[in-house]
Amino acid sequence: MPTVEYGGKTFTVDEDGFIDSFDNWNEEWVQLVKEAEGIDELTDEHWKTVQVLQDYYKKNGIAPMVRILSKVTGFKLKHIYELFPSGPGKGACKMAGLPKPTGCV
Amino acid sequence: MAKHETPLLDQLESGPWPSFVSDIKQEAEARAKNEKGVEYQIPVDVCEDLLGVLELSFKHGRTHWKHGGIVGVFGYGGGVIGRYCDQPEMFPGVAHFHTMRVNQPGGKFYTAEYLRQLCDLWDMRGSGLTNMHGSTGDIILLGTTTPQLEEIFWELTHTYNQDLGGSGSNLRTPADCVGEARCEWSCYDTQALCYHLTQEYQDELHRPAFPYKFKFKFDGCPNCCVASIARADISFIGTWKDDIRLDQEAVAAYVGGELPPNAGSHAGRDWGPFDIQKEVIDLCPTECMSYADGKLAIDNRECNRCMHCISVMPRALRIGNDRGCSILVGAKAPILDGAQMSTLLIPFIKVEEPYDEIKEVIENIWDWWMEEGKNRERLGELMKRQGFQKLLEMCNLKPDPRMVQEPRTNPYIFWKEDEVPGGFQRDIKEFRKHHLR
Ligand code: HEM
Ligand code: HEM
Ligand code: SF4
Ligand code: SF4
Repeated sequence: MPTVEYGGKTFTVDEDGFIDSFDNWNEEWVQLVKEAEGIDELTDEHWKTVQVLQDYYKKNGIAPMVRILSKVTGFKLKHIYELFPSGPGKGACKMAGLPKPTGCV
Repeated sequence: MAKHETPLLDQLESGPWPSFVSDIKQEAEARAKNEKGVEYQIPVDVCEDLLGVLELSFKHGRTHWKHGGIVGVFGYGGGVIGRYCDQPEMFPGVAHFHTMRVNQPGGKFYTAEYLRQLCDLWDMRGSGLTNMHGSTGDIILLGTTTPQLEEIFWELTHTYNQDLGGSGSNLRTPADCVGEARCEWSCYDTQALCYHLTQEYQDELHRPAFPYKFKFKFDGCPNCCVASIARADISFIGTWKDDIRLDQEAVAAYVGGELPPNAGSHAGRDWGPFDIQKEVIDLCPTECMSYADGKLAIDNRECNRCMHCISVMPRALRIGNDRGCSILVGAKAPILDGAQMSTLLIPFIKVEEPYDEIKEVIENIWDWWMEEGKNRERLGELMKRQGFQKLLEMCNLKPDPRMVQEPRTNPYIFWKEDEVPGGFQRDIKEFRKHHLR
């Protein structure tokens, strides 16, 4: 798998730009993903979404359903797309360092 | 000279059926020649490498595409199926080979001009290969690279006024039979309803918000030419409420042999002269037809509108005038808990703009399933898990004998507490007063 460097850190990523392991996540990663995902400026709401995804993933070993992400963050799906233009899966989960969504996508 | 040897695929160029191998080779050659001077945005030899990797799969008996792939366009959560080859060094032309779903028009009617434009776009920014169409209905543009996705999307929306289709846990691209456009059996305008609901639920189609995928399909009559009953979470199937319209003169013409039965569908073999008794009356599933003294009669109260008699004698028998559709729900493929066809939920509903009644049904179902559906649970599975009764409650519908094929045979019947005199709170001491231990 290819590697990318950012802010003095090295990340291993797949073709879709997802990080190889949740354990290698750090704040530089967020900065790096930001641009590829069409986000101009990171706000508290971005961080809150990332935080919720990470807490859920650590506790349950999977990403939350969209409905649960909306409930816990209080952000409607429309607002999540305003924050993350490519959506909760490709945008937010990638930024939070979660594994790539699978299934009949 | 082709880039890869393809001895196994070459065998598929013989025989009478149009060969996909010959077609792909033709496209490979056209790209190599590039007579129009197109500025190809993905590798020129994409088609050759596709044949190469396919040949390798034929040899190995296994796929050479990597697992999954998450790509798309900003603003949408679906529409593109990402795919990467697992032998990118050997076949660099298909290292990226993403599929784009493009929302097709109702009944798949096109003008040459529209298709030509789409081909020009795809020639330049894609592989030049397509699937016309995916089984859900979309125009499928087969194979391009990640950087081209936004370019193609921009061109589609800005130049062709054309949107992507659906993928992921959302409303997938709805599809319909040709309907009133060219079928005299269509009980409602399938294309109008399909188009209207596609537009109405664009948000649900482009941004996955559901527990799992969800499909609509629209059939104008029970012949189900788009197979809605087997391939859609909600199946809209046209029907009528009044009498079948009968033209006795035309019946006589069938009996007399002037009109061929089934519009000549069986002309390829000698089935003998048309026998109305044998081919219609005796095959009616409810035995509600009779033919005596040269007159055909139908007891319409007993007719279940199966379409058989109408299909055999289209010039003599016609659908009624009081038309609408039935709504059936829950069809799905086997994964996880077994295949399902849709189950009748609403026997008859009028199909009239702005379709408010129909939207109410859809939205009631979504409210229930979006709240109660488990992760990756289709509607049909939720119906099994929580019960048909629950679905009726959520849709504010009264149970009706038409909703079951047969009543239950087991006696594990649940009662609501308020249906039972005295309720469920009982004191064992009270019971013991009459029944000593
Ligand atoms: C990597 C996984 C999968 C991929 C890439 C995939 C891809 C596709 C594609 C491209 C289509 C045609 C779409 C169209 O015509 O617009 C399709 C249709 C369909 N998929 Fe999948 N699929 C996957 C997994 C599944 C799974 C797990 C199921 C069942 C649980 C499923 C059930 C279906 C069905 C039933 C259809 C046809 C629907 C119809 O007839 O209209 N697919 N799929
Ligand atoms: C001491 C306890 C029990 C006794 C003496 C008892 C006795 C019986 C008897 C005499 C029958 C009728 C058999 C026949 O007509 O052929 C029967 C049927 C049945 N019992 Fe029990 N039973 C007991 C406990 C249970 C329990 C705990 C259950 C369920 C959890 C149960 C479920 C059934 C069922 C489903 C049938 C019907 C079987 C059939 O129709 O084939 N029984 N029982
Ligand atoms: S489903 Fe019925 S109305 Fe639609 S095209 Fe087929 S026969 Fe005609
Ligand atoms: S539509 Fe079917 S059930 Fe009705 S009369 Fe014709 S054959 Fe019989």
